[in-house]
Amino acid sequence: MAIVERPARAVLDPSVLRGDQPLYSGTKIPEPVPSILQLPEDLRDSDDVMQVNFGPNHPSTHGVLRLVVDLLGEEIVGLRAVIGYLHTGFEKNMEHKTWWKAITYPERIDYVSFQNNELVFVLAIEKLLGLEPPPKATWMRMLLCELNRIHSHLIYLGTSALEIGAISMFWYAFRERDMILDLSELVTGARMHTRYFQAGGLAEDVPRGFYPECRKFCDWMPKAVDDYESLIDRNAIWLERTRGIGVLSAEDAIALGQSGPVIRGSGIDWDLRKRQPYLAYDEVDFDVPVYTHGDVYDRYRVRMEEMRQSTRVVAQCLDRLEDMEGEPWIADDRKVVLPPREELHTSMESLIHHFKLVTEGYRVPAGEVYVTIESPRGELGCYLVSDGGPRPWRVKFRAPSFVATPAAATLCRGALVADLIAIVGSLNTVMGEVDR
Amino acid sequence: MDWDGVPGLLETKEDRGETTLVVETATLVEACEHLRDEHGFNFLSDITATDYLGWPTTTSRVAGYYGTAAGRDVNAPGSAGLARLPGDRPKRFSVNYHLLALVEGAPRLRIQVWVDDGEPVPSVVGVWPTADWHEREAWDMLGIPVEGHPNLVRILMEDDWEGHPLRKDYPLGGEPVRFSEEE
Repeated sequence: MAIVERPARAVLDPSVLRGDQPLYSGTKIPEPVPSILQLPEDLRDSDDVMQVNFGPNHPSTHGVLRLVVDLLGEEIVGLRAVIGYLHTGFEKNMEHKTWWKAITYPERIDYVSFQNNELVFVLAIEKLLGLEPPPKATWMRMLLCELNRIHSHLIYLGTSALEIGAISMFWYAFRERDMILDLSELVTGARMHTRYFQAGGLAEDVPRGFYPECRKFCDWMPKAVDDYESLIDRNAIWLERTRGIGVLSAEDAIALGQSGPVIRGSGIDWDLRKRQPYLAYDEVDFDVPVYTHGDVYDRYRVRMEEMRQSTRVVAQCLDRLEDMEGEPWIADDRKVVLPPREELHTSMESLIHHFKLVTEGYRVPAGEVYVTIESPRGELGCYLVSDGGPRPWRVKFRAPSFVATPAAATLCRGALVADLIAIVGSLNTVMGEVDR
Repeated sequence: MDWDGVPGLLETKEDRGETTLVVETATLVEACEHLRDEHGFNFLSDITATDYLGWPTTTSRVAGYYGTAAGRDVNAPGSAGLARLPGDRPKRFSVNYHLLALVEGAPRLRIQVWVDDGEPVPSVVGVWPTADWHEREAWDMLGIPVEGHPNLVRILMEDDWEGHPLRKDYPLGGEPVRFSEEE
């Protein structure tokens, strides 16, 4: 078995990248356009170069991404990504919805990590409002977001392995994915696009029977990850096709704004859950996996290890939540939060609040905020501007996939056409999020 | 932190724990390089342009959306107790650069420049290569011309698209619905 040997590298402490570090020299980032790998001058008129369109409807692009690739034999000598095929104007639409109604949109932007996208928008609204959710809501949000992280990584694992030829992996990964969707259905009534997070907390209390079911999943998941690893971790074809392929150096990763598993696979110990804790991530115990070679294999390893760590976080959330039986799940602010259903029959005041909130929506004080969280794909940001009215003035999502896609030009320099699919797959982009 | 050395600094704002530096458009690149090299902001998180056309002022006293149904007054400030009048905006568009330093504590910073319709902002691709697609999006969606960008073409909309969809005077639903019986 011939396994590609890779030289050892050290984990980079990001704080050394301060000051006048030569961040942008001696790297593979294309010039003059960082997102386009230009065909070399001497090959411009060559008959040997063939231009091939991958997409927009290529099955391996996880959506509709078009890659215009110049090939010299099997080698990639030019690459340009064309996007926009899934553009549906989410941000424009959200400006015309009340804050309340707009919560449904972010989930559909990234339909694979829907819970995390919902969270960042709700956190941003709460920051503008100055609203503090009760602890039960915080821990439940954390639990669902970590389940969602596993869900997203499972889809990456299944589809990436499928593209490289390990077909059975897909069925194993989707078995556990279905368990997560069943849990999601148990809590929220919907398998995806749950709209379970409200400004102020959760939409409903956690239903009875959820904790034991979730506990069963936590016991099952580490074994499942072991199963996946026994399937492909020592598989010669998998190793040949992922090791040393699509290498991204730490310096390039920072200059290109990469985040999440991509930057952690390039040897940078950076996770917003640790570095800039939100929710209650500073109260749970988990490790941040960092690998140093920056290739497709290391990005895969990061995600595998993260599934284990996320399961640990879920178990710790369950420990806390089981002691919170009967506690409030949403803040008691009647100007923002819907009154309890039973009060509508007895309280005039509650009925008025309910009517006002549903028809006109709540008002959010004027201001601008930028909130970031660690989504399964990396740094997910939400920029909100409010004019003090019931609708957002401007909503903008910093989508990690949108930033990861142009990095393909750097990663594919000198790669072979067969590796293109492995490389683009390892960036784990979701086109709904790229195009918004 | 001490922002005195930032070239072209006009104003420093603190709100909800976030720092915003309003800088002059002409010296934006120098300001960005200064912040990257002197203050360690090595990571450009995001670039967002915002259109403030029709933004409520103290004289108009009406919030809401330019070009939508007339007589919309549900946004009149003060009616719900929470609203307060937003401040005036110096020009029509703001362009916001969200920076992050990959160091302990993860300090963040927003750089803001203000431009009028058609007024260009300098490109920061040379400072942070990741700015490439963000700036193309600002051009495509809001029509902010970016001076010195190596490849300023539309990114999300088609190449021959007219108008910039995220502007406030661009109507929602202005596109005719295709594929209906009566085309």
